[in-house]
Amino acid sequence: MVHVLAASSHATNQGFPLLTALIVLPFIGAVVALLVPVRRPELIRVVGYITTAATFGFAVYLLADFNTAQHGFQHYQLVERHRWMGEFGVQWFLGVDGISLFMVALNALLFPLGLLASSKVEQPKSFIVWMLLLEGAVMGVFLALDLIVFFIFFEFVLVPMYFIIAGWGYDNRRYAAMKFFLYTMAGSAFLLVGILSVAFLYQRAGHALTFDSTVLVPWASAHGSLAVITSKWLFLAFAVGFAVKIPLFPFHTWLPDAHTQAPTAGSVVLAGVMLKMGTYGFLRFSVPMFPQAAVDLAPVLLVLAVIGITYGAIVAAMQPDLKRLIAYSSIAHLGFVVLGTFALTTQGISGGLFTMLSHGLTTGALFLLVGMLSDRRHTREIAAFGGLWKSIPVFAGLFIATAFASIGLPGFSGFVGEFLALLGAFLTSRWYAVVATTGVILAAVYLLWAVQRAFTGEPEGENVGLPDLSLRELATVVPLLALSLFLGFHPRPVLDRVDPASRDLIAHVEQTTKYRQPAVANNGPKVAATVGGK
Amino acid sequence: MFFLDHAWLVPLIPAVSFVAILFFGKRLPRNGAELGVVSVGASFVLSCGALIGWVQRVNDAKPAGSALGGMVHAFGQSVGRLGAEGHVAAVSPVVHHLTWWRSGGIEFGAGTQIDGLAVMMMFVVTLISFLVHVYSTEYMHGDRRFTYFFAALSLFTASMLLLVVADNTLQLLVGWELVGLCSFMLIGHWWEEKPNSDAALKAFLTTRTGDVGLTIGVIMTFFLVQRATGSGSFNILAVNSAALSGHVGHSFVFWCALALFIGIIGKSGQFPLHTWLPDAMAGPTPVSALIHAATMVVAGVYLGARLFPVFWTGFNIHDGGVNPMALIGGITIIIGAALAFVQDDIKKVLAYSTISQLGYMVMGLGVGAWTAAVFHLFTHAFFKANLFLGAGSVSHSGAHHSFDMKKDMGGLRKYMPITFATFLIGSLALAGIFPLAGFWSKDEILVTANAANYKFFFYVGLVGAFMTAAYMTRCIYLTFFGEYRGGHAHAAPELDGTAHGAVEDVADAHLAEVAEAAHGHHDEPHESNGLITVPLIVLTVFSVLAGFINAAPFHIEKFRDWFEPRVAFPVSTIVHPAFSWPKAIISVAIALAGFAVAYAYYWLGLGPQRLAERNPLARAGKMFLVKKYYLDDLYEKVIVAGIKGPIANAVYWVNQHIIDNVLNYTGRGAKALGEMTYEYIDQGVIDGAVNGLAAGTGEAGGAARQLQTGRLQFYALLLVLAVGLFSLALWIAS
Repeated sequence: MVHVLAASSHATNQGFPLLTALIVLPFIGAVVALLVPVRRPELIRVVGYITTAATFGFAVYLLADFNTAQHGFQHYQLVERHRWMGEFGVQWFLGVDGISLFMVALNALLFPLGLLASSKVEQPKSFIVWMLLLEGAVMGVFLALDLIVFFIFFEFVLVPMYFIIAGWGYDNRRYAAMKFFLYTMAGSAFLLVGILSVAFLYQRAGHALTFDSTVLVPWASAHGSLAVITSKWLFLAFAVGFAVKIPLFPFHTWLPDAHTQAPTAGSVVLAGVMLKMGTYGFLRFSVPMFPQAAVDLAPVLLVLAVIGITYGAIVAAMQPDLKRLIAYSSIAHLGFVVLGTFALTTQGISGGLFTMLSHGLTTGALFLLVGMLSDRRHTREIAAFGGLWKSIPVFAGLFIATAFASIGLPGFSGFVGEFLALLGAFLTSRWYAVVATTGVILAAVYLLWAVQRAFTGEPEGENVGLPDLSLRELATVVPLLALSLFLGFHPRPVLDRVDPASRDLIAHVEQTTKYRQPAVANNGPKVAATVGGK
Repeated sequence: MFFLDHAWLVPLIPAVSFVAILFFGKRLPRNGAELGVVSVGASFVLSCGALIGWVQRVNDAKPAGSALGGMVHAFGQSVGRLGAEGHVAAVSPVVHHLTWWRSGGIEFGAGTQIDGLAVMMMFVVTLISFLVHVYSTEYMHGDRRFTYFFAALSLFTASMLLLVVADNTLQLLVGWELVGLCSFMLIGHWWEEKPNSDAALKAFLTTRTGDVGLTIGVIMTFFLVQRATGSGSFNILAVNSAALSGHVGHSFVFWCALALFIGIIGKSGQFPLHTWLPDAMAGPTPVSALIHAATMVVAGVYLGARLFPVFWTGFNIHDGGVNPMALIGGITIIIGAALAFVQDDIKKVLAYSTISQLGYMVMGLGVGAWTAAVFHLFTHAFFKANLFLGAGSVSHSGAHHSFDMKKDMGGLRKYMPITFATFLIGSLALAGIFPLAGFWSKDEILVTANAANYKFFFYVGLVGAFMTAAYMTRCIYLTFFGEYRGGHAHAAPELDGTAHGAVEDVADAHLAEVAEAAHGHHDEPHESNGLITVPLIVLTVFSVLAGFINAAPFHIEKFRDWFEPRVAFPVSTIVHPAFSWPKAIISVAIALAGFAVAYAYYWLGLGPQRLAERNPLARAGKMFLVKKYYLDDLYEKVIVAGIKGPIANAVYWVNQHIIDNVLNYTGRGAKALGEMTYEYIDQGVIDGAVNGLAAGTGEAGGAARQLQTGRLQFYALLLVLAVGLFSLALWIAS
């Protein structure tokens, strides 16, 4: 059977269990922090920093160890597989490929920076415990290859995030936390139904019960395993779960509240990695498992993506609250990811994956900066600011540079991702791409208009005499902006790892359906378009 | 040839300079200005090297057929052009290319494509940038963001050169966006005053509206190549070859051309997106000269010239009659020139004049006069930079930093003889008076329009020439003749006329500071110093002589021989009409008539003076001009305000009251249901787990209590219901 071969072709990891370490280390840190008495907050912070820094170190090692040459559909690296709840077909099954690699790295990067940004938080003990639990859980989401383990982490993420918003958020935090929790939970219910259904249908077809994605994906996607209508329903069940997480229009209304009310570190993690759990889910499970449904239903998702791009931008333009404005901009950015994904082209998916990383860097930085501003001014109303460029020039310079990074100016990472996603979308879905391009101007409208109101002019009243950024604050933002700049100039380190995975995914869709990605290169009469020198 | 092979150094040097000035500029003895001047000077030397290298390459080229090694053999378009004197050799561009990134078999590259057009632009950009740098060391002396200003100038120069040397459309797009960013930063240089940051925002957003077209155009031309050859490419030569190949359906090429043309309209101030350019005058004057007259605004024209075959095919330029490019260019000539008459701000006169002249270039491309349009770009860069820097000199030393001709100028020819002479010569060159630079290039556009079956646009160009001469006469009269009207106020800073009242109220400290620092005790208007006048003189020399490089009656057609592309270009069909003395005399006579009419009206007081005050029709006409055809009102009060206000509010209302409420009501209904069945739900497991975890943290009990009991259970219920529902659906489905 094809899937047996696929399953056995992994580069199983015999040495140090790196991926397990990435998940478990934050949990161990959380337990250690729990054991430290409340009256020693400095020790707890040290535990937090050491744990997140060590996790980041492991992630860097993972990046270095990742073998770019090794790829193939469902060909994971550093695979670990252990029996867990054997009688239910559940395994501790981890692996990494080009789709998850940079999400793991981004997660490992954002947590130490988020902790550094929250050094003055009240009740540091429980805050750090929740943060560490969150980090481990998010790692689990991106590394788990067993659907049940994936789902457990996917759900478990909500708990620490709920407490972070409800415990350390702003005025309306309880409503926001509850809305976030309930909304995503409701979405997850559909996801769980989907997961269980696939597994039970597999069992009903005469196999042993399993939740191993490398078994279920080839089976479910193979022609004849599932009735067409069944796979469509299942695709929709998964899609609802992931769409709420992204969030895709019209499932987005939890996001502005959650973002606005969450503390800075919460917003950074929420925007930086948690929204990508949805787009990741589409790429990891929905599209590979139900390729025919993905091809058939792609127009629906493309429409929602394009609506999200323009709608998010328009609504962002009228927000009086700077943080809420950035929250809405995430809806637009994630729209580009979905656009690229459901264009079902290599360039679209690579562009989407690149945008996922890029958005984590730039929006993470924007949320950090808004947090710093709100610490100084105790308000996030754009109208209350003015002339900040004069009173806090370093802050203003960084904010404006990050704003340009966010609107996708060339030189920053956003341009590469958006351009690739648009190119990929143009290949199969021309008009969606054209409409989405207008989102590029709208992004400039809302962010630069906000920049003008907040930063230009003469500072008055409370905007005078604010302290500029401290070294600690610089240390949180500069790495993100520098990475965005680096990837804008030199995107190859990311694309060389991401692109094979996109290609393999599209190849899988082509093998299992009648869909064919339009050829753009190496096809047809080759005319010498290269020109010699002298 | 070193200079041709290493053209990448030309943008790289100012890019390095940008970083160096940004981080170390303030510690240098001249606050970073020296780095800017030296780096752009170095780029200028390299560009001159490239220019000489290219000219040698053209001159050394063997007659057609023997120098084809390694060049594009695309659809037979690589044949040498038949020149007036017979065979002219095909000269292929010098291309160097490296891969930037790859995705799914598509290569996204960066590289240099050095040919005549590129070396010409490199020469113009670096020369004017160098002169502007020198000028700025004096003009911006004492400015509070002096270092930052020079950093931005360096970044601009680097980005513009990156655009110019690009061998592919993607790199061109990157440079294009970056010059837009620099333009935004420099227009808003004095962002303390709101009109300046408004102008910056308006410029950025308007040009970015055009950029949507360009982005789509770049992607479409990629597929244009794919349709022609089977393999997509951003390579400019490949795009041009594909457009000429005839293997792609005409409507596709038309849409490519239209998308790219929207980019040109935005960047090069064409009707109806020209409205940002006059506002951009809020930036410092050296910026206006460099970015908003000589270089960045011609990026659109450059794009049109670079990808000319796409327009040639897409717009059927060889057919004559009317096409979008010629039409928009023609409209822009007239509407820009008309607005120049009602401006009191000298820089705005020049800005509308720039719009009008850009119209000539775009119209030139639209009627197929490639060489003439590019030649006009070349000459215009010199005389318009000359005029802008002259206006800056007047304001700097003669009008207390004001640009209001009616309030603060007049009679300045006595005080500022060098500025007056250079400004006068620049104006004559702009008006197209024989034998100054503007004459040769404008005449060539008109002659080609006439010969290429675009008669209508020939007349449009003549009307424009008349108007140009007349508004420049008015401008010179108000500035340099009559009685000196300045000296009443001390600090009327660099701003557009409409904002004057507000600005004087601000009584801005830093500008007064600048004025003090720059002036010392001079209250009288006086001539500017050498750092300002020498650049003016250099530009004046070019304004006089640059035209002779392509002076057909003297059998000099070096511009054409050196700079016209010979590969992937519609060389065999493009029109090169012979020089015509009668037409030249007509166009000069028309320009002189423009001078004469304006002279009679302003100097001699002939004609219906103050007509607008007496005649309602004339008043309405003037109002229409003063209000800039109400385009600004349309954009700002209707479109932008609409999106920012009612539309965004309506969308948000729907968001909050409909989409969100569906959720809230579902939640409430389900909660009622949940409460009814609450007692049947096992609480212990979930509640216990959550509370246990919370209690375990030692202090989060408070937070845990917020998790109202019942709600989680309700969602567990919802989960069960959902499972049931979907199981049902699956059962029915399968």
